[in-house]
Amino acid sequence: MNKGKAEEDDYWHSSKYSAFTFDDDDYDFTKLKESQRAVNSIRGLVEDDCEDDEDVEKVSWSGEPVGSKSPSSFLRTSGDTQNHGFPKIQHNPPLPRQSSGYSLSSLFKGKGGLNTFRTHCKLEGRQVTITGCVSYSQVLIFLKRTLSKAILFRELAEREVALRHFIHLLKETGEQRILCCKIHLQLLQYKEHISIKDENQRKDFLKTCLSLPFSPDDSTHVQDHYMLLERQIIIEANDKRTDTEIFKKHPRKASILNMPIITTLYYSCFYHYGESEGTFSSPANIRKTFRISEKQYFLTALGARAKLKQWSDVDRLCNTTNWLGYTKKKSPIGFQRVVEILHKNGAPLQVLQDYMSLVDNTEVRVSLAQKFKCHDIVINTYKELKDRQQLIVYQSKLERGSPEYQVIDELIHSLNIRWKN
Amino acid sequence: MAQPGWRDAPSPPDFSLLKRLARDQLIYLLEQLPGKKDLFIEGDLMSPLDRIANVTTLKQHEVDKLYKVEHKPIVSTSDQLCFLIRPRVATVKWVSDVVNSDKAAGRFRRYKIIFCPQKFYVCDAVLEEEGVYGDVTTDSWHFYLLPLDEDIISMELPEFFRENFLEGDQRWVETAGNALHLLHSLYGPFSKVFGMGRCAKMAYESWRELQEESEQKSRRADIGTVFLVDRDVDYVTPLCSQVVYEGLVDDIFRIKCGSVEFGPEVTSSDKSVKVMLNSEDKVFSEIRNEHFSNVFSFLSQKARNLQTAYDKRRGMDIQQMKTFVSEELKGLKQEHRLLSLHIGASESIMKKKTKQDFQELLKTEHSLLEGFEVREAIAYIEEHISRQVSMVESLRLLCLLSLTENGLLPKDYRALKSQYLQSYGVEHLLTFANLRQLGVLVEQQPGETLTVMESKVGKLVNDKTAGKLTDAFSSLAKKSNFRALSKKLALVPKSDEEYDLRVPKDMAYIFSGAYVPLSCRLVEQVLERNGWTGLEEVTRMINRHEFAVGAGGGGPEGGEKTDAQRVILVMFLGGCTYSEIAALRFLGRERGLKFIVVTTAITNSGRLLEALLDH
Repeated sequence: MNKGKAEEDDYWHSSKYSAFTFDDDDYDFTKLKESQRAVNSIRGLVEDDCEDDEDVEKVSWSGEPVGSKSPSSFLRTSGDTQNHGFPKIQHNPPLPRQSSGYSLSSLFKGKGGLNTFRTHCKLEGRQVTITGCVSYSQVLIFLKRTLSKAILFRELAEREVALRHFIHLLKETGEQRILCCKIHLQLLQYKEHISIKDENQRKDFLKTCLSLPFSPDDSTHVQDHYMLLERQIIIEANDKRTDTEIFKKHPRKASILNMPIITTLYYSCFYHYGESEGTFSSPANIRKTFRISEKQYFLTALGARAKLKQWSDVDRLCNTTNWLGYTKKKSPIGFQRVVEILHKNGAPLQVLQDYMSLVDNTEVRVSLAQKFKCHDIVINTYKELKDRQQLIVYQSKLERGSPEYQVIDELIHSLNIRWKN
Repeated sequence: MAQPGWRDAPSPPDFSLLKRLARDQLIYLLEQLPGKKDLFIEGDLMSPLDRIANVTTLKQHEVDKLYKVEHKPIVSTSDQLCFLIRPRVATVKWVSDVVNSDKAAGRFRRYKIIFCPQKFYVCDAVLEEEGVYGDVTTDSWHFYLLPLDEDIISMELPEFFRENFLEGDQRWVETAGNALHLLHSLYGPFSKVFGMGRCAKMAYESWRELQEESEQKSRRADIGTVFLVDRDVDYVTPLCSQVVYEGLVDDIFRIKCGSVEFGPEVTSSDKSVKVMLNSEDKVFSEIRNEHFSNVFSFLSQKARNLQTAYDKRRGMDIQQMKTFVSEELKGLKQEHRLLSLHIGASESIMKKKTKQDFQELLKTEHSLLEGFEVREAIAYIEEHISRQVSMVESLRLLCLLSLTENGLLPKDYRALKSQYLQSYGVEHLLTFANLRQLGVLVEQQPGETLTVMESKVGKLVNDKTAGKLTDAFSSLAKKSNFRALSKKLALVPKSDEEYDLRVPKDMAYIFSGAYVPLSCRLVEQVLERNGWTGLEEVTRMINRHEFAVGAGGGGPEGGEKTDAQRVILVMFLGGCTYSEIAALRFLGRERGLKFIVVTTAITNSGRLLEALLDH
């Protein structure tokens, strides 16, 4: 700092008089007496730039305290606590103090300070007033303006709390780019894609993110994101002008751009089912590219095909063929869920019954069958369990004379079954 | 636990004074810009403003037109513009743009920004950078505290949570200190302050400094004891599904500034209705703290009573009828209206909750809280995610899993995260980074030996068994803070006992008897011990930022409690839920205490998690 100006600065630093501000010249304190009294009664909790007669600490440009007052209130020992008031609690967490010859430490010591560290200038004529201890953002704004970035980052790197304040400040002011090159804030850079509206630009931006030093896992995810958008752009361009049967019958409700992977898979199972793996829009391709688990694929494809009431597709989805050539139905999510999904999509009774009979757990099967009114299943299951009592109970809930009622009637009177009860 | 001999809880101090003060100061500030002016109000200040001043008040003080701040170019013909805004960079930049575009058009106006509740340094810096410092006068409207009810005061600062706990920006701490100072000067002097959390400590210091500077007025205290609680002491509680009526209404309809908007599905008409939910609503005040399972029977009983009251009309002579109409009918009609609204709301809640299979969801939450059948809970969460059920709900369950298990096993973390990103969008990478930063969704640090053993065993047995083994090993390997806290403070009552929700025996009733909220249990324990003595192990686990101080420099002392000492102000830094408020009300009734809750904002799992999304 220029020594010649020391005297002038000294005036600003240590003056007990109010600093000149631009917002206090036409206060008319005679107005609204009552309100004013009210306001006055809360004075003191007010951080007021123009009322500087409190006993505050003065800080010089270098951050050293000026005057005889002890450096800052939190350096006061507990000994000088007044008796009538509340005691100081040991200030914790201690803010990091560095003994670099740099006097930044003293600036950083003041946490969310109560007073103002003014460096504001009207556009025409910069003037500086410093009144009191400091708060983080005040110091940071000041330092950001006055220090070279290299020195600022060196100092910040050693002070986590200050660093976090600084990052937040930059995020708020939209200047986070300053950080990206200096500190590894890959995610912050990646985040910028959200504000890019044009999908092609967004895709290109994501491509630039691929080289950022992410963790291996995150790197895969960012790669996925890029590939996904790339595909979506291609699919969108095609499907927008397609007018095949399926698109006519079920017009798209929204564009597929920027949808999650699973939504994209669902879309592809809905509109592009059965396409060969070679095409970008085929379910098989999406499944493979994004390493979608069998369970997840099954669930999504089932949902899409059931929605379209393509029960034969549902069948094929569940069919597996063993090495002897027998087909067997399998479901990685259990048949209970399959039945629920089918029911939700209005599957016919026969289809529901086919899948319900595949539910292993008889208790679950019966409760499902009762819920969805598949009488045959209920009856057969009880018959299988040789549970005559339950059959009678169930019969009592049915309409007398209905076919189900009669079936049960025949069963419970049948002599060929060895009932357990 | 009601102790015989306790007096009834004292009544709460009159907080309407806070509204009066805020209104008077606003008028004073508006008068600082004499003459007609247009007023631009920041969106989230509108509801709070509405609670203390109406349009007529503003018009009386020469506000011509009112606009909502929308960050777009303005259309105003007024020569004076006043902006009532939060101290946010984006908004200050927008004001600067307004000024600059006027300048470019050669238009002269006077501008005034009123920052609520205070101005930050960065605001001036922006004005300066944008070249409008000096063209704009600024002021602060110290509207720190909005009483929402007789025992709830909100600072209406939802951003406090994210900025303080996630971003690590402490600028709102001072605001909390100022709010405390205001309460102290109006309702103090406080005689004891307890606190837990780093932010609590700083807010205390900030307040104490203010208090030292200001003169001590001697007045009879209304509030004797103060509790400061950081939200990060307990994230489990706000992430649990709420099941007391007020909490459920907040979870489903979102109570805003003490008022809720019930849509057509509740009103069973084509109109939406806005209702103030507070102790003045006689129906609401009786059910707000009740477990939802009791609400229906209560409401139907109430409906029957109402019918009886109406039926009294039969057989009345003219004179009696006249008295009935003038004295009772209005009240009955009012009650009728409220009753049908709350019945409608309850039905709508039932419908929504049945649809999402609430029972299963609660079961999963309870297993997590209990640490029982965790593998099954994980499978449930997995299914939730793969079916693309609510993005926030899935996140909530993941966080509960991590918090209660002290982090996820690395392989679970990886798998669930991948699945989550596939289901809800890769950009949630940012969300996961935020949750990790906050410590609510993290990976366990692997305990090496056990992991090796586990993987060896895992190869020998099938998946299901391996999962169970993993559970067994991991419970050995980690020392879960939540589990240990839960054990130490008896947060999870023994599940083999029947819990009668109609006659709650402890604060656990707010979570169907499954869990005593940690935050409230800590308050209870400290009050009982008059300090932290005996809770050393607990404080070690909640990160050691606890304190207990009394006026006069010494620690808090025992002795006979005055009325003021039985009025306890609990200030939540980072938000609190209606369930926590219900729990404290319960505690208050049991112990003859009156709890006043001050919070930076009312929160719930949805708000808390949405604040951590990066969209």
